[in-house]
Amino acid sequence: MFRWDIVWQFLFSGFIFQAAWTTLWISVVSQLCGVIIGLFLALMRMSRFPILSGLARAYIWFFRGSPLLVQVLLLWDGLPRLVPSLLLPGWAVVVIAFSLNEGAYMAEITRAGITSVDPGQMEAAKSLGMRYALAMRRIVLPQAARVIVPPLGNEFNNMLKTTSIASVIGLEELTGTAEIFGSPTFTIFELLIVATFYYLLLTTLWGFVQSWIENRLNPDRLTKADLKERKSWSERMIGFGSRTGAGGGTLVSGR
Amino acid sequence: MNLEQANGSKAAGTNEMVHAEKIVKSFGHLTVLNGVDLCVKRGQVVVIIGPSGSGKTTLLRCINHLEKIDSGRIYIDGQLVGYREVNGRVVEDKEAAVAHMRSQVGFVFQRFNLFPHLTALENVIEAPVHVLHQPKAEATERAMELLRKVGLEEKAYVYPHRLSGGQQQRVAIARALAMNPKLMLFDEATSALDPELVGEVLKVMDQLAKEGMTMIVVTHEMGFAREAADEVIFMDHAVIVEQGPPEQIFDHAENERTRSFLGMIL
Repeated sequence: MFRWDIVWQFLFSGFIFQAAWTTLWISVVSQLCGVIIGLFLALMRMSRFPILSGLARAYIWFFRGSPLLVQVLLLWDGLPRLVPSLLLPGWAVVVIAFSLNEGAYMAEITRAGITSVDPGQMEAAKSLGMRYALAMRRIVLPQAARVIVPPLGNEFNNMLKTTSIASVIGLEELTGTAEIFGSPTFTIFELLIVATFYYLLLTTLWGFVQSWIENRLNPDRLTKADLKERKSWSERMIGFGSRTGAGGGTLVSGR
Repeated sequence: MNLEQANGSKAAGTNEMVHAEKIVKSFGHLTVLNGVDLCVKRGQVVVIIGPSGSGKTTLLRCINHLEKIDSGRIYIDGQLVGYREVNGRVVEDKEAAVAHMRSQVGFVFQRFNLFPHLTALENVIEAPVHVLHQPKAEATERAMELLRKVGLEEKAYVYPHRLSGGQQQRVAIARALAMNPKLMLFDEATSALDPELVGEVLKVMDQLAKEGMTMIVVTHEMGFAREAADEVIFMDHAVIVEQGPPEQIFDHAENERTRSFLGMIL
């Protein structure tokens, strides 16, 4: 017998709000750390110093090559054995494991983004007297961002759902909470429906945020004035047409 | 003079802007520059011509250290490029020093290489603001002046991909000029342009030359070479074959290779 009343009861309960919030902040913090770790790993990986690129390779090899669940458990069970004085709370273990793991994936995504930028951009920046770090920050990364954001969006979508792994060490995020309330009363199915609703809500909201970011990164985003000015259907709908004409090629070369 | 010498710079001939000695550069087994000497005086316009693969673009790229040379020395305004002399030995220079040298040398690329995520104006003020740390208002004022100079004032707020090739290249020239360079290097600046757009870029280059800018121009535009050059250099197979004033090279070339190259393209 399916208990709709349980679903309704929990759908707007404080416990679930709390759980959804935990899922959200763990995802956001882990993703942010992952992006930063990934950026440095990508730069290391592309470095001309073999030690740096070797270290980055080894890191990526390990974290992409073993299951996240195992990595979480290794930190949770293994760390206190290695360093007995170090007793990290569950949320910290989860955030660290997720960040380290995500860093490996973001490294490859960031590297792909940076390589997609025409090498002529770095040369032009250098020819103007910019140093590597400045040229990277001001010229290359903003262009790489356009390539990085769509897969980054995928990663964050995944992250929101992967946080369910945290339930194995007793963290009360959405899945963990559903189990805690559902198991004793045999209503786990109802509670999982509630959790699913919130997962879908979060991923849908993220979809909107992602579109907004992508639009912001488009240097040629259409303002209202542009829309009025433009006549042709193709220009209006897919952003290019007869009038873009001769200069159109550079967008491709600059990506 | 003495101070300069103490700094390890070459003080001889103060009216020399570029002085290159025995430049050798190879990519793998391919020698692209095989002992090239070059001397460009302040205010001089030197045009380098020659068939593809003759090494002319590489020579230009070596001058602002976009390519490292295998041996030889290059001086810009008396300063060794890319290297430092320490007790008579030559060691590679620090990144900051190379960047500082490049900030004084304008480079115009065949493929323009404008920054596509920035408007024309932002392209021009990017380096003055972030390399020279000029106040943004001041840099903007100067940038508008330069855009006016290249005839693109009304395109200041337009992104590069909405500009024609000729317009993009003129913005790229304005971008280089915004750093107040003492030397401008043009690497086949008109080769990627549709024929009808070549003229507008050459006009800007010609105007610069008339204003007394020191320029090294790699080009296939023989009309420009004849009009604007003080000196024409013909390169082939990684060496300078012949050099002299345009009349001499174009009308009385001594070398057979020069004559046959010019015969093919004129």
